[in-house]
Amino acid sequence: MELLKADHITMQFGGLTAVKDFNLSLNQGEIVALIGPNGAGKTTAFNMITGVYRPTQGEIDYNGKNITGLRPDQITALGIARTFQNIRLFKDLSVFENVLIANHLHLKSNFLEATFRLPRYRREEREMRETSLNLLEKVGLADLRDEKSSSLPYGKQRRLEIARALATKPQILLLDEPAAGMNPKETEDLTQFIKKIGHEFNLTIFMIEHHMQVVMGISDRIYVFDHGVTIAEGNPYEIQNDQKVIEAYLGVAEEDA
Amino acid sequence: MKRNTILTLISLAILAIAIYFIDQNLDSYKVRILNLCAIYVILAVSMNLINGFTGLFSLGHAGFMAVGAYTTAILTMPQAVKLQNFFMVPIAKPLETLNLPFLPALFVGGLLAAFVAFLIGAPVLRLKGDYLAIATLGFGEIIRVIFTNTQTITNGALGLKSIPNTSNLWWTFGFAAFTVIFIAFLINSSYGRALKAIREDETAAQSMGINLFKHKMLSFMVGAFFAGIGGGLLGNLLGTIDPNMFRFFLTYNLLLMIILGGMGSITGSIISAFIITIATEVLRFLDDGMTIGSLTIPGITGLRMVVFSALLMIVVLFFTQGLMGTKEFTWNKLLNRSQKPLAKGGRS
Repeated sequence: MELLKADHITMQFGGLTAVKDFNLSLNQGEIVALIGPNGAGKTTAFNMITGVYRPTQGEIDYNGKNITGLRPDQITALGIARTFQNIRLFKDLSVFENVLIANHLHLKSNFLEATFRLPRYRREEREMRETSLNLLEKVGLADLRDEKSSSLPYGKQRRLEIARALATKPQILLLDEPAAGMNPKETEDLTQFIKKIGHEFNLTIFMIEHHMQVVMGISDRIYVFDHGVTIAEGNPYEIQNDQKVIEAYLGVAEEDA
Repeated sequence: MKRNTILTLISLAILAIAIYFIDQNLDSYKVRILNLCAIYVILAVSMNLINGFTGLFSLGHAGFMAVGAYTTAILTMPQAVKLQNFFMVPIAKPLETLNLPFLPALFVGGLLAAFVAFLIGAPVLRLKGDYLAIATLGFGEIIRVIFTNTQTITNGALGLKSIPNTSNLWWTFGFAAFTVIFIAFLINSSYGRALKAIREDETAAQSMGINLFKHKMLSFMVGAFFAGIGGGLLGNLLGTIDPNMFRFFLTYNLLLMIILGGMGSITGSIISAFIITIATEVLRFLDDGMTIGSLTIPGITGLRMVVFSALLMIVVLFFTQGLMGTKEFTWNKLLNRSQKPLAKGGRS
């Protein structure tokens, strides 16, 4: 079933076309990767889907509903969560609070009910705490819940950021370079982790990644960007053997990896 | 949780007993200073909600106070006093006979201040950082100029005199306790967490589904509401108000308090509201001059403010966290419980 569809979305900044005519289709339960050299427009594509930028052309449909031009918080509320390339945790707040905050969008009580701790709020707060604790247990961060999020080691910060995105109860999870800056061991752990959560939370995952090990290991399909243009699309095998991709990208990536 | 509630209630009872004895025994000068302390607690804590907890650099607090002060004053002044006050230009008709008891008048003042915050928040809360500061600063000045010119409502530059002196220690400390408890409970609720998330990282907060504008507006309006109440208490404590009272200087004083106490700490704001208010009185000799034995040192008007400004610079340069940083007083910490509390029950 098609969950998300981007139809010829284009993003121009003044004279610069960051992304041109991107057609994306995400089916329920898939893991799809977006790769391409630095500056190819991958994060811009993410920002269009999540509402940070409004595409200059084209339309994005989610569950058959046009979501082009909605605000990021509205898009998250509809079920598309994301992480960031440079980790953006709430640094001064605890691990637990970071996850709790992601539950806030589902809160029904108004601020007076919350301030005066009226019954409905008390019930909701209790539920939020339970689900957040459950989630932290599932991602293996429960014992660190009272730590300041910035005091966690890098790999765990990444994991917390994913957990926080999961707390918004998404259908689609967008991961922006989840393995960036990780050593091979951490990368392997993360790959398994992404697979696991995808399955457990019944997610559709769309990720930007440079690590070929991760991309080739878990992706069902791959899109390849170069200078904002989609130069290839297919399964890992097809991509690895695509002449255009090898020319534009894989040669460079081998040196990096 | 239960134990903390009991401890809070006990301390409120102790506060009430203390007020009773202070009211009986201390002279009116000291009582007045304590009243000012409590009012500044209300103002500093409410400004900290906007600036410290939500991270909105707003400098409009004096404007909200003015709205509250004028509303409360006009609503509590008897008709005869109003007629005396408005001898140049008569007061607008419906206001002449409009009268409310002190408590509802304070709430109307607070609500009007919150409404004004809503009106100006709509355009200015889209701004960030220093742009927001400039816009809100401008708002504060505009309110002052408007109040100087709406003679039929505010009596213009003449100000209002003989406002009933209804503020006393019970009102001021009562509202200070209410403000502190209300804002502490708000901060420790899911909404408070959302506000802190906005302070920490707007982009991340928004992608967590938090409606930035709605939550900023919430913080701004709640802050303005309490600023309005504080203004009302102040006007009815001093007995006279005029537009020039609500210059930027007043906001600056509050800013000094929340920076000194720690942006994002209610406890810090309470402590520094007391320190600064009392120090302003204690250091009066700097302005007035003093005599030690046979030596007379002449005072320099405004020297106190130099001291406070220097203090602010020292804090900003060397102790950016202020007294408390973002730490709060909690019963759990006081009683030294080894286990970390799940929720910080920050109360005074």
